[in-house]
Amino acid sequence: MLLIRRFEERAGEMYAKAKIGGFLHLAIGEEATIVGSTRALRDQDYLISTYRSHGHTLARGSEPERVMAELFGRVDGLCNGRGGSMHMFDLQNRFMGGYGIVGGNLPLAAGFALASDYLERDEVTLCQFGDGASNQGTFGETMNLAALWRLPVVFMVTNNQFGMGTALERHSAVTDLMRKGEGFGVPGMRCDGMDVADTYNVTCDALRIAREERQPVLVEAVTYRFRGHSMADPEEYRTKEQVDEWRKRDPLTVFGDQLVAAGVLGEDEREAIDRETIERVDRAVAFADASPHPSPNDLYDDIYVLGEQVRGWYSVDERTPTPHRGEDESAMDRAELPHAAEHAGATTAKPADAAQADED
Amino acid sequence: MRYREALNAALREEMQRDPNVMLMGEDIGVFNGAFKVTAGLLEAFGEKRVRDTPISENTIVGMGVGAAMTGLRPVVELMTINFSLLAMDQIVNHAASIRYMFGGQVKVPLVVRMPQGAGHQLGPTHSHSWEALYLHVPGLLVATPTTAADAKGLLKSAIRDDNPVIFIEHEYLYGQRGEVPDDEDHTVRFGVAAIRREGSDVTIVGISRMALTAARAAKTLSEEHDIEAEVIDPRTLRPLDLDTILASVRKTNRCVIVEEGWPHGGVGANLAALVQEQAFDDLDAPIQRVTGADVPMPYSKPLEQIAFPHEPQVIDAVLATFGDRR
Ligand SMILES: Cc1ncc(C[n+]2csc(CCOP(=O)(O)OP(=O)(O)O)c2C)c(N)n1
Repeated sequence: MLLIRRFEERAGEMYAKAKIGGFLHLAIGEEATIVGSTRALRDQDYLISTYRSHGHTLARGSEPERVMAELFGRVDGLCNGRGGSMHMFDLQNRFMGGYGIVGGNLPLAAGFALASDYLERDEVTLCQFGDGASNQGTFGETMNLAALWRLPVVFMVTNNQFGMGTALERHSAVTDLMRKGEGFGVPGMRCDGMDVADTYNVTCDALRIAREERQPVLVEAVTYRFRGHSMADPEEYRTKEQVDEWRKRDPLTVFGDQLVAAGVLGEDEREAIDRETIERVDRAVAFADASPHPSPNDLYDDIYVLGEQVRGWYSVDERTPTPHRGEDESAMDRAELPHAAEHAGATTAKPADAAQADED
Repeated sequence: MRYREALNAALREEMQRDPNVMLMGEDIGVFNGAFKVTAGLLEAFGEKRVRDTPISENTIVGMGVGAAMTGLRPVVELMTINFSLLAMDQIVNHAASIRYMFGGQVKVPLVVRMPQGAGHQLGPTHSHSWEALYLHVPGLLVATPTTAADAKGLLKSAIRDDNPVIFIEHEYLYGQRGEVPDDEDHTVRFGVAAIRREGSDVTIVGISRMALTAARAAKTLSEEHDIEAEVIDPRTLRPLDLDTILASVRKTNRCVIVEEGWPHGGVGANLAALVQEQAFDDLDAPIQRVTGADVPMPYSKPLEQIAFPHEPQVIDAVLATFGDRR
């Protein structure tokens, strides 16, 4: 939780310094929901989330260096700088992505669960999305299909009280979100998303039900984001008093105090951990800063899996007057191409690269 | 063998070959498919592998994407291409983008099959031809098989490929017969056009069903106008075998492109741009396009019939490239 908090605070600063572009959605305040739920997963389980997912990928074990590098848009980023803040992905740690389309990740989650079920693998998918996403068509469609096919998936609606600037009671006729799946055959549970232990316990139960009883569950995690929706949010839709009220429940303070009170952690240790965490984030920033930008030559990489069928990339760009080079460019050196690095963005063709052929 | 049976055979053989190939779609199982392409497959492979789904296009395709990312080779059937618009989000924002935006960490070996085409008086929500919509999207492969042999060979290639494939069938073609190689390894590689008829006077490129219309027009042109047309069926639009088309145009010096879809931003518009960019000096006349009418498909039979191309329009376009020989 501390790592996520310190990481995101720094990310906010880096955004202000224009080291990070695009949108930056921070989950500050929601750390207990993220960590409590993610810790309930087994290594082989899948986690999928939204554009607000720096914390999810960190909680799953991604190196802060690579997450920060992704925010900076650098080659050493988790996705080589292709995804940015909204599109984190770490296959090795089974973090199956942040997605920029509200509600777009639910069908994918059911698809992972379908594959797990089909291949008879003992995996469960945990799918997180916001209260706003529960109004998308994919919500109902996916709940229905998951329940109908008894897929091992747990849906977690992160109820942070707002979809951007629209308060829950202004966007959803049913505000008791845990009940929103019932009509589709998905029973609900609720956890205190500001309480890491409660979130962990409830998620464990939900995962067990999904894994053992093949019954998808919808968990509502009640939480709050302390910062704006994104960095570009003047927060005119809520009062400072409301934010202050929720801040009293800051999961870092509350949980830290609990640990100290229980004698698990000394005050000095608590400070030491914080210092180490800040240093770790410093290293992540230094790493990201030192990592190069992707080369223009990389522009066309990974659009297709190259192989027998698709041997080269032969995009078409009307701005280029030179002849189309045909598709089979596998033998050509990249540098020989008519529009190598210096003309990237106006490239007619790119060679197949044996090294790119898919590993599996 | 009929086109629909060829598709069925491709699905059956690929399912036998690879246990991770599975089918999802509305009414593909018990009902045997809206156009009977999946007839008998539920019986043969069971409910685990042939799944009737609720009417939830976006979610079915999205589940296909997710399952493809995690080890399966799903083939999703959508009842018609019109309904694929409900799944446009999963097709474009997800299937086509995921590999790229996640830096190549995953692949999406998914096939989305669906028919298109006018002629059955189904009106504006069931009759369109939209290969151009999918041709537009990097990250997708797009196939438009015309013959039974290609239907089978391309579908097998599509299923074996590691990229998301938009596989566009045609309602009119389902009942057409053609020779189909019996060989279980009969595949047709994407990106290789078929020359349906050789000729030296004009190149006619026909997309999807229009490859047949073009071939009929070519016969009439030969018999009545002494014009020998070369008819090319690109078979796949992504990848596109532009080289074969260009080689033909360099020989004939004339080019006509025939498609059933709308004119603006269509396959022909794109192809005409490519051909003039790269073979301008070889052209003796402006490239002609024959397209569907720029209207939502009308229900009325006479109106519908004039809203998509037939042989006479193709002949007129060819004659136009010869100027005064009309
Ligand atoms: C399909 C779609 N519509 C709109 C948006 C713009 N948008 C981004 S986040 C957001 C609010 C989502 O709220 P919620 O689901 O509650 O998640 P939260 O941001 O609170 O985590 C909106 C409208 C989008 N990204 N995708």
